[in-house]
Amino acid sequence: MRLIANIADWFDRRVQLGGPIRETLEHPVPRQAASWFYVFGSAALTVFVLQIVTGILLATVYVPAAGQAWDSLQVLNREVTLGWFIRALHGWGSNFMVAIVFIHMVQVFLFGAFKFPRELTWLAGVFLLLMTLGMAFSGQVLRFDQDAYWGLGIGAAVSSRIPLVGPWLVSFLLGGPIIAGATLSRFFALHVFVIPGILIAIVGLHVLLVLKLGINEWPRPGRPVSRETYLREYRELTRKEGEPFVPDAVWKDVVFSGFILLSIAACALYFGPIGPGGQPNPTIIQTVPRPDFFFLWLYAVLSLLPSSLETPAMLIGPAIAVLVLLALPFVSGEGEKSWRRRPMAVLIVMLGVVAFGTLTDVARDAPWSPVMDAWSGEPIPAKYLTKRTALERQGALVFQAKQCHNCHALDGKGGQRGPALDAVAVRLTHDQLIRQVIQGGGNMPAYGKNLNPAETNALVGFLETLHPAGQAPAQDASRRHTHETNAAPSSSTPR
Amino acid sequence: MNLPGGISRRGVFLKLAVFFNAVVGIILAVPIVRYIFSPMIRQRRPGYASWISLGSLNNFPAGETRLATYRNPVVNPWDGVTADIACWVRHVDADNFQVFAINCAHLWCPVRWFPQSSLFMCPCHGGVYYADGSRAAGPPERGLFQYSYKVEGDSLFIKAGEMPTPTLAANIKPGGPRCA
Repeated sequence: MRLIANIADWFDRRVQLGGPIRETLEHPVPRQAASWFYVFGSAALTVFVLQIVTGILLATVYVPAAGQAWDSLQVLNREVTLGWFIRALHGWGSNFMVAIVFIHMVQVFLFGAFKFPRELTWLAGVFLLLMTLGMAFSGQVLRFDQDAYWGLGIGAAVSSRIPLVGPWLVSFLLGGPIIAGATLSRFFALHVFVIPGILIAIVGLHVLLVLKLGINEWPRPGRPVSRETYLREYRELTRKEGEPFVPDAVWKDVVFSGFILLSIAACALYFGPIGPGGQPNPTIIQTVPRPDFFFLWLYAVLSLLPSSLETPAMLIGPAIAVLVLLALPFVSGEGEKSWRRRPMAVLIVMLGVVAFGTLTDVARDAPWSPVMDAWSGEPIPAKYLTKRTALERQGALVFQAKQCHNCHALDGKGGQRGPALDAVAVRLTHDQLIRQVIQGGGNMPAYGKNLNPAETNALVGFLETLHPAGQAPAQDASRRHTHETNAAPSSSTPR
Repeated sequence: MNLPGGISRRGVFLKLAVFFNAVVGIILAVPIVRYIFSPMIRQRRPGYASWISLGSLNNFPAGETRLATYRNPVVNPWDGVTADIACWVRHVDADNFQVFAINCAHLWCPVRWFPQSSLFMCPCHGGVYYADGSRAAGPPERGLFQYSYKVEGDSLFIKAGEMPTPTLAANIKPGGPRCA
């Protein structure tokens, strides 16, 4: 032990950092701030270190060339000893990191920690969030599979809509005319050098600011922040109620970080590595591209926005969101910190969480996507075929053969792009059905050119049988009236 | 040593040194910026697109729409399968063709052709197009992107090499033999 102390002393006499490090570790924090709510920042940092370590390990095998990247991932998954586990740690680490960064941000927002004098800490945090999302997206690209390929396509398509510079931006983003080797190399450089470099620099600034300005005290309702008095009050608080960060406050951070690392390892062990999916071969078009979990909400937004709003929302929306986040500490830099006195803050968080949850949930089913193989893979339920005429069954055949099932569900099976048709006959009359089939409209293509009169007749015949038992099909009132008046004298039943 | 007017010899040298480094910085910055933006410079001049054969006309029976693939003309040895691009060829009649980009005009997912209903459908957000590539339903704001084509001898050629964008498409005349 004495030898170690001597060696440490030898070094410290030269680098002279022992004193400042000890001072930093023992800096006083308000007693109540040593809370389980204040552990997310350190956990994010821990996961970031895990990502760096596993990332370097993966880089020793991964080949960032479009022709070999996918194969090298297969080798990592199957041949390199525990390569699958390192990939799984990195993949699940990324999911955890995005989640923890978001939770950290929500906690900071609700506890008013962005207010004076910690505005710059918040700004650095906003950039850290953007960089984390940048890492998540570029990481998804490096998992160079079909989802990565078509995900890049979506990114390029969005960029191409920017007025004037669109096409140039696409070439710049892709590093060439198409998604290929240059694109992957670009994203490799971003994911491995550029963004981590920026991340490390901003993390340094972020942590430095936390140390210089002190950790946010536990917000108490009725004790608003004022620029004139805050610094003095905070000094007073740490003097009276302070305790050294190490060892009194840090143990909760250490326990939580360990718990998070263990959770990541458990997910990695149980669920295994994430992908890669199919080969990034653009000639394989039998694919249904989906983004990673954290971008599913965006996928839903892009699908659900009206066309006219789409381009402005895609181009201006993110800029507005970032500006709002950056402006927050300047607009609301003073006043109440406690969430108990900030109902709007609580509402905004709740709205955000509900919107994120709902959009993600919707995107998992993606009801706006046609089910591309429903026409051949989902049979028409038997109950819709029994006791039907030959013409009506012929119509059911047309329904399948013309891919109607890809967009319209029967008995819960098939696409949900259009309305389910189990009770369509109650909603639409014979004439309306014909018009809808032939002319389309309301998000349905017109089938006029693709159906001959016999097929249309059969299809509409089948659709007219789709109504719940005991509920009569819709009938045109004027036509019924004409039929009744025509029928009355002769008492025949024309149809 | 201070010169008259409070200017020191060292101060002058420092200013000169900073100026010297600024000049060096600019000299280095120009090639670095040109390097970074090289994909864009290349696009402007001489461009990426060139005429590529999609193979014999016999592969594309009249009245039908078939999937064709080609190797992108601008390619690096390490591009692998990503440089193989697919497109849809519709042989209308005689020498009349339409060659559609595989990418949906909405967000570039690959559209699939359903000959039974004569529709192109996109698996991502439900864009649907008619046989002639015009928009039928869903979020796309326009029809499918088309390539210029020409028939030479027994082969069908298209002018390709670049991801389709609305701006590029506006400059393409999807016309056929007349352009050849």
